[in-house]
Amino acid sequence: MNTNPIHRRWLLGATAGLALGLAALPAKAQDTIKLGILHSLSGTMAISETTLKDTMLFLIDEQNKKGGLLGKKLEAVVVDPASNWPLFAEKARELISKDKVSAVFGCWTSVSRKSVLPVFKELNSILFYPVQYEGEESERNVFYTGAAPNQQAIPAVDYLAKEEKVQRWVLAGTDYVYPRTTNKILEAYLKSKGVKAEDIMINYTPFGHSDWQTIVADIKKFGSAGKKTAVVSTINGDANVPFYKELGNQGIKAKDIPVVAFSVGEEELAGIDTKPLLGHLAAWNYFESIKTPENDKFIKEWKAFTKNPKRVSNDPMEAHVIGFAMWVKAVEKAGSVDPDKVIDALPGIKAPNLTGGMSEMLSNHHITKPVFIGEVKADGQFDVVWKTSGLVPGDAWSKELPDSKDLVGDWVGKKCGNFSTKTSKCGS
Amino acid sequence: MNMVRNRAFALVTACCLLLIAGIASPQQASAQNFESALAGFAADSFGDTETAIGAVATSGNPLAVDVINALQEGRLLFNPADKKVYVRTAAGTINDAATGTPAADVKAGDLQTVRLNNRVRRGIDAAVGALTLLSPDAGKRMDAAKAVFKSREAGALKALDVAIAKETEPRVKRALVDARAAVILNTPTASKEENLEAISVIRERGDQEARSLLTNLSADSHDDIKRAAAAGVASIDASLQLWSAAQNMWYGLSLGSVLLLAAIGLAITFGVMGVINMAHGEMVMIGAYVTFAVQEVIRAYNPALFDISLVIAVPLAFLVTGCFGILIERTVIRFLYGRPLETLLATWGLSLIIQQAVRTAYGSSNKDVGSPSWMSGAFELGGLTITYNRLWIVCFTIFVFVALLGVLRLTRLGLEMRAVTQNRTMAASMGIATARIDALTFGLGSGVAGIAGVALSQIDNVSPNLGQSYIIDSFMVVVFGGVGNLWGTLVGAFTLGIANKFLEPYAGAVLGKIAILVLIILFIQKRPRGLFALKGRSVEA
Repeated sequence: MNTNPIHRRWLLGATAGLALGLAALPAKAQDTIKLGILHSLSGTMAISETTLKDTMLFLIDEQNKKGGLLGKKLEAVVVDPASNWPLFAEKARELISKDKVSAVFGCWTSVSRKSVLPVFKELNSILFYPVQYEGEESERNVFYTGAAPNQQAIPAVDYLAKEEKVQRWVLAGTDYVYPRTTNKILEAYLKSKGVKAEDIMINYTPFGHSDWQTIVADIKKFGSAGKKTAVVSTINGDANVPFYKELGNQGIKAKDIPVVAFSVGEEELAGIDTKPLLGHLAAWNYFESIKTPENDKFIKEWKAFTKNPKRVSNDPMEAHVIGFAMWVKAVEKAGSVDPDKVIDALPGIKAPNLTGGMSEMLSNHHITKPVFIGEVKADGQFDVVWKTSGLVPGDAWSKELPDSKDLVGDWVGKKCGNFSTKTSKCGS
Repeated sequence: MNMVRNRAFALVTACCLLLIAGIASPQQASAQNFESALAGFAADSFGDTETAIGAVATSGNPLAVDVINALQEGRLLFNPADKKVYVRTAAGTINDAATGTPAADVKAGDLQTVRLNNRVRRGIDAAVGALTLLSPDAGKRMDAAKAVFKSREAGALKALDVAIAKETEPRVKRALVDARAAVILNTPTASKEENLEAISVIRERGDQEARSLLTNLSADSHDDIKRAAAAGVASIDASLQLWSAAQNMWYGLSLGSVLLLAAIGLAITFGVMGVINMAHGEMVMIGAYVTFAVQEVIRAYNPALFDISLVIAVPLAFLVTGCFGILIERTVIRFLYGRPLETLLATWGLSLIIQQAVRTAYGSSNKDVGSPSWMSGAFELGGLTITYNRLWIVCFTIFVFVALLGVLRLTRLGLEMRAVTQNRTMAASMGIATARIDALTFGLGSGVAGIAGVALSQIDNVSPNLGQSYIIDSFMVVVFGGVGNLWGTLVGAFTLGIANKFLEPYAGAVLGKIAILVLIILFIQKRPRGLFALKGRSVEA
């Protein structure tokens, strides 16, 4: 996911630098293992990322209560990259070379991940990335605990085609890399299933788009051609509220034209009137409403930690829960926090997810996850109407796109992120 | 009274259903059908629920309407242990669904609600449609007719004939006739004459749904039917074309009014006073948060007032942001007059401070600002769908514009404002307290931005970032319209809104916006002072 970069670099940099200077007064340096938390706490992405910072503090606190790791306490180093992509790279560099953190949990938008990638490669550290993304990447230093397209987008489309008998598709997204790549994959997938080009409508809107009148009217028109129509939405967080409001006001109900969203979760629904959304769908690997002992325990402890009984949990949070548990196990297995040893130890590590399954880190640095489709309920939670029978392994490279269908990421056997099965060479 | 009418209505419907199905079977058999159908709700599977809806609806049992209504409203419960189905009444008591009598010894904690998904909801609509065609409430009959029009259930034909014969209200009758035509077009056994008649009815309807009905006629129908349908589609297309132009116009007006509302405060602080006020968007945001605060108080103390929450919020937002504006002017801006670059940086910094302060106080997530009932929904005007919230915003914008123009033209404050901005020294020598006027002018501009926030809370996210998304558009409108002229702002906003909406269907939202920006740049090259340039000495001042 992503949002618009309004460049206020020097001002933000100055403020954030000051805040960091105050925050990073180091404790007894050798007694702790440091973990970096690289999530925006100000700017446009603060709305989504602040929760993830809190999640990490919660997890680290829990681990310390259990006695820490390798006999040492864990210590969180929080920085604020302020929704500013170049600042992400600067802050990452600072975390690794100045604060000497053992691993970093962070980033939300794809562009922020791309911005820190070279830093992690150069300084050889570890990044856990918790958000669903467009795939087409497998890096040695990054572990992707969010969903790849085949763990969210493709199952959602399958559900609509099978259960709702959808034949006509609107692929609506915000104009940036995640929706564009996801829609490219979906378009190729739908066409491979025999959907004709005239039954697919693709629409992009700018960030924070708030005037949806024309587009909703177009969707209505597109949907009244007699075939069952659905909207697959990769619309970014902030633009969603006016979008759903306009759908509701123009009288489009979920039972007529359902919208399945990949970026709308409990956190996003917490601040809005859910009446017009009733029955619309979301595809995720976790919902707060799923009843399992693990999830009940997590929600209870999370609410106690934040001292807020209304605090919701969501999918990227669960990704951090899994990622953190995997990192802890890998460090224990390696007996060290040395990045090279931990990177080698991680593939094959299993950790329980919150929905009753056991997720595994694969050799392409993606994990196995169950996929759920939920319908929005009046209380802002989701009612799970469908799920995959087992866990789906994440594909780093999409099988639907001609450029990437022969590529695999394998950091165990081949030591390569983009090994081509066609030419048997690394680097395609 | 209501109960009696409901029951009587249920009986009428049941009789009617019996008539439709042509079942003369004894009451007992129907009761058994009904009970076995009910069991489907206890299976906790969407497929079984859907089958059960159909079976219950056609069972002819007088309780069918109650059960389906309960299902629709989430009041149908089942016990997973013994698979019995119950209805929770509006009063909260639990009845046995099979008999309609209060169920003894059932604990509410053991029961689960029958779950719904979109497919099931569609099934319910179709069933309710067929069951409520004879409802005593005209609104319900209308909904029923629309539901049947959508479901095109062949079984509803006889019920439709009965309903059409009895219907007295022309509006509902029209909907029933449309529904009948839709059903006929979906019945393969209908005769050619019936089909042709149905096509002419649908053709007259002339909307998107009518078009889709006609385009989806089965391929093996008679040539005459195909020809009639094709002619119908062509005529509908022609009228839709006209309506779509009208629709773009309306969308343009509505976008223009939002732009105008956001920019009009800036037209005073930037346009009249010449302060490059980057914190203008944050004033809008504060106005939206005032609306949120007002609604919170109303929700907590007096929910009955919710529908007038916006009316209360408008003056409050004006006061709050107005005072805030005066405070900013007195503490920061007055030291920076005549130094545009410093003003720009200072107000920019202010905007960041205000954003982060709001984020710290209220959290970074969106706040739920509800819409009062008179601002929700839409109405149809020919082929136009006009949503109430947009309509009210257009009206409100015009009201604000006229009021502001009135203040500038007709009040003493307005006169002094114009005097000070046109020639400060002269105004001061005439005895006008220029410093006071500066503060009040800035306060007025900020206050107007605040009431814009009240209106924008209805169509956009209420979050700390609300202001950011409008600041660029606002400057664009003011610069394009001509600095220092309210009429310029008005014409500028509507021109940009309408141009944007006519471009959008062809170029898409992203390219459309880029195209507008390019056009503005070209225009500013030609006319650097915008559409309505101020003439005279003030320009040089």
